[in-house]
Amino acid sequence: MSSHSEALNAAPAREIAASFPALSARRLLVIGGVALILIGMLWGDIFAVFVLHQNASRINADLLAATNAVAIHDPASVPPHFMAIGGFLENRGTKVDAHVHMIDFGYLALLLALVQPFVAFSESAKRKLAALLLLGAALLPVGVFLIHYVGLIYSPLESIGWASIFADLGGFFVLLVAAIELFGLWKYWQRPADAKSSDALLADRSWASRMLLTWGTLLVLVGFFHGSYYAGTQLFANEASDVALLTQMTSGSRDVGPRAVQDYALLQGQKAVNVAAHSHIIEFGMLAILMAFFQPYVFLSERWKKIWVATLLAGSVILPVFVLLELRFGLFAGGIADIGGLLVIIALTGMLAGVVRYTGTLDAPAGGAPMGAER
Amino acid sequence: MTRSGRFLVIGGLLLAVWGMTYGLYYAVFVEHQTLDSIGGSLTNAFVHAAEQAPQASQAAMQAYASANYNYVRQVDAHGHWIGIGLLLIVLGIAFSRVGFSEAMRMRLAAALLAGAILFPLGVLLETVNAGSIPKGVAILGSALVIAALGGISLGFSKNQPST
Repeated sequence: MSSHSEALNAAPAREIAASFPALSARRLLVIGGVALILIGMLWGDIFAVFVLHQNASRINADLLAATNAVAIHDPASVPPHFMAIGGFLENRGTKVDAHVHMIDFGYLALLLALVQPFVAFSESAKRKLAALLLLGAALLPVGVFLIHYVGLIYSPLESIGWASIFADLGGFFVLLVAAIELFGLWKYWQRPADAKSSDALLADRSWASRMLLTWGTLLVLVGFFHGSYYAGTQLFANEASDVALLTQMTSGSRDVGPRAVQDYALLQGQKAVNVAAHSHIIEFGMLAILMAFFQPYVFLSERWKKIWVATLLAGSVILPVFVLLELRFGLFAGGIADIGGLLVIIALTGMLAGVVRYTGTLDAPAGGAPMGAER
Repeated sequence: MTRSGRFLVIGGLLLAVWGMTYGLYYAVFVEHQTLDSIGGSLTNAFVHAAEQAPQASQAAMQAYASANYNYVRQVDAHGHWIGIGLLLIVLGIAFSRVGFSEAMRMRLAAALLAGAILFPLGVLLETVNAGSIPKGVAILGSALVIAALGGISLGFSKNQPST
């Protein structure tokens, strides 16, 4: 017997393997959840590089045009510029929404994977719920992304297009599954104590798991501290500046107005990087905490596990820190921030590969394929 | 699951459900009107300025500022209640790995839950009272969350929990 199969047959490893059977709801949710997070992050990187800055420039151009319309006393040409700004904001908003929802649904899938042993339904029912959740989790962001492009084409409704309808359907699926899973958890808690099972997965105390839990919590703490600091020291001042600059744009002065538009763009940039740094560091902290639970399913050597944990944590710090530094160092810092995002994607892909290897190793003996030693 | 962990999971679930319910109410009954008010007021401020009607422009700009101030805080409170609620659930599941006594874990869990309730509540209260009390509630809430998270990360860094 190989050292690997001996390790798999050891008591704790056997219990962990038993909690991850082929085609189980937990397996679907873990692999589907990590895949959703990966796609959502990739989409976020593409959006940041190719859409975000260009979109901001167009918004500023229309704001400047509206300011110039005030200066030449032409009220009729103001509303079309604000309509255009509304369109750009919708374009930006739907892309951010698709990115955020896909990642958050990935987190939800991982959270549900974690509680599967405590959901009092049959495995078949749990599998169907997992599939419905993943369908809804894919449908909503894709639908939201298409809203800007599909509009009201062939829509049976006056103000809601097909893309919105499918997005809402996806959201309904997710909501429905979450409610049913909650009911399943409630049913489990009603069981007598001796009928409740334990989950070997939660007993893991490995280095990788401990580091991800500790640093994940610290990342959330830092993100929370940064958000509190920003809210306490800059939020009110920024809101006052926002109104002051918009008021200057309506002054009708040909000198003050355009300068106010420039300052307004800088202010929006300052707000955006602070919000992005705050939200990304917290999201990465949550990701680290969630991935800590699934380290026993990552079938890689301890060395490679440590490499992916360190890469994930390094990327989780680099992205938000360099997003903040964009204000001082511009695109150079933005490029490093994108590399930070890429590091998180690479680390997560490495962990997903480990999980897929684990499933192959578990399933291979049943199919007669030889078991390879972990590398 | 430990008592402190169960306390966090149930607290987190209740907080997330409350945050979602509040968000649903806000989205259905308030948000669209507020967004219309933000966009409409800003456009009107520019249109009136172009018409050389400064007082009307100023009034529209004030309406924009007020609607935007409320919108930012309503969305923040809703998002933070749900976000911190989910964090509480995840931390609750792992809470047996916090390497402190159960009494200490319970104190950390209570501080985290109290902060998770108070911080967004303070932010929300800023929309009805511009005084220092809502700000104080928000600061107290965030300080509790930060202190509790510091303690929890220290506890996670210990290898074996002392139950």
